[in-house]
Amino acid sequence: MEPVEIANKIKEEFPTEVVEVKEFRGQVGITIKKNELPGIIRRLNASPEFDFDYLKDLCGVDYMNVKVPRFEVVYQLYSIRHGHMLRLNVQVSENSPTIASVTAVYSGANWHERECYDMFGIVFDNHPDLRRILLPEDWEGYPLRKDYPTAGTEEEWRGFKEVLLKAEEYKKYEWKK
Amino acid sequence: MEKIEEKIKEIKTRELVLNMGPQHPSTHGVLRLKLEMDGETVVKCTPYVGYLHRGTEKLAESMTYLQVLPLTDRLDYICSMTNNVGYCLAVERLFGIEAPFRAKYIRTMVSEMARISGHLLWLGTHALDIGAMTVFLYAFIDRERILNLFEMLCGARLTVTYPRIGGVRHDVSREFLEQLYTFTDEFPDRIAQYETLININRIWLKRTVGVGVISAAEAVNWGLSGATLRGSGVNYDVRMRFPYDAYPLIDFQVPVGVNGDVYDRYLCRMEELRQSNHIIRQCVEQLPTGPIMAPDAPKFTLPPKDKVLGDMESLIHHFTLITKGPMTAPKSEIYSAIEAPKGELGFYIVSDGTGKPYRMRVRSPSFVHVSVLPRLCEGSLIADVVANIGTIDVVLGECDR
Repeated sequence: MEPVEIANKIKEEFPTEVVEVKEFRGQVGITIKKNELPGIIRRLNASPEFDFDYLKDLCGVDYMNVKVPRFEVVYQLYSIRHGHMLRLNVQVSENSPTIASVTAVYSGANWHERECYDMFGIVFDNHPDLRRILLPEDWEGYPLRKDYPTAGTEEEWRGFKEVLLKAEEYKKYEWKK
Repeated sequence: MEKIEEKIKEIKTRELVLNMGPQHPSTHGVLRLKLEMDGETVVKCTPYVGYLHRGTEKLAESMTYLQVLPLTDRLDYICSMTNNVGYCLAVERLFGIEAPFRAKYIRTMVSEMARISGHLLWLGTHALDIGAMTVFLYAFIDRERILNLFEMLCGARLTVTYPRIGGVRHDVSREFLEQLYTFTDEFPDRIAQYETLININRIWLKRTVGVGVISAAEAVNWGLSGATLRGSGVNYDVRMRFPYDAYPLIDFQVPVGVNGDVYDRYLCRMEELRQSNHIIRQCVEQLPTGPIMAPDAPKFTLPPKDKVLGDMESLIHHFTLITKGPMTAPKSEIYSAIEAPKGELGFYIVSDGTGKPYRMRVRSPSFVHVSVLPRLCEGSLIADVVANIGTIDVVLGECDR
């Protein structure tokens, strides 16, 4: 089945949810609202005509000052049997950055969702183990957001004072030359 | 006898938490595993990654499309050629340009060389982890030959940055092609040598057959790719499903396993070595003549240096390309994937029409493969953890990005 046909079918079935269908260089993407995401994912995964059994990728995008709502979570779906591909762009607003987890359908989404949470602060409901993954657990802020500072401030880095104090303390020992 | 059994029952056991890594020799980089053990059986396995996180995706947002290219070298640093090809293809597809045929053949050739070098490193270290040391020494002789060829081609052995958006950097020399052809003549015999070392080795079979089994449906559900997926019997190869470069013009086969255990994945990768060799031979034989850079994109690819110094137009193009980046990007998004030695390497680029990518996402195979480790390790023996890490073929530079 052609990806455009799939997109149109989804649009017929969920007319209130689908915001827009885009096509660019043969790749079709559907922008949807987040409320019916579990239903749409289950429909795409379970029905034999679509059979999207392979989640290639899941990532977030921050459209600060470009689009409203601010965030999008992007799902790249593929069907191993039929060989067709579809992109789902799910809108997530800044005020309530939560979205349903798809780990129950795709086990591989687990770490992708953790990374998305780590980098954008988007919370995935019903995720089995939502922790930071690439950054340390005590990291502040979400680096891939567009308003995250890319340059440091004048402040000393955390732990620097302790290092200086330690150095002062060691000065009282006489070191062999 | 009964007394002894009663006493055994009285002995209290408790779970032991074992920390493996991040500086463990068989974790292939800085991967840390927290293993909860019951005797010798792994009850729970929790991987911790991120020690090598360099923020490639964030860095790319403040660089022009041309500047991002060297960053991709540092993802999967043992076969960086395929990363470059993957990134270049994604940008080319976004801009709608196409590399000329000679460049396509050269890219296919160097991608397969990278696959051979990556698989040889995997073979050597995987066997070393399991206890077969000799294979490592043999495999590195051939890997060295490939790296020397890379050095001859572009001056670098590991971080090559050889492919360019719209083509490749240099043309290949005749000497290079001759040496590569000699290599492909000798390489099948070398593969046969590796196989005599371990293919029916009793220890190797005991350590690999029936270990780390994952069924086809489960492997697809987990999003595995590359030989790790094909070992379970799923015929999915990006080179076949989404043909790029010269692959549609070249004859090759995709090996597929049956049982989905460590041994089948090993067999798949060994056959892939043969297929890669076959592809390189065809590329050298069929290499067409012609330009190596897309001619229809003067506002995109850097003009040749001699033209920059003598021609006003070229100088302007050069200046704007370096300072602002290519300004002809359509406002859109694209997902483009290639078959890297580890699996499917995807680039998802969102463009806002300026010379810099608005968002660049790297879908790395290693990240997905590390996430499946708990599934493979839990319930198995501790000795098999090392076999499982080896078989999914991860590079942590790519996993952490």
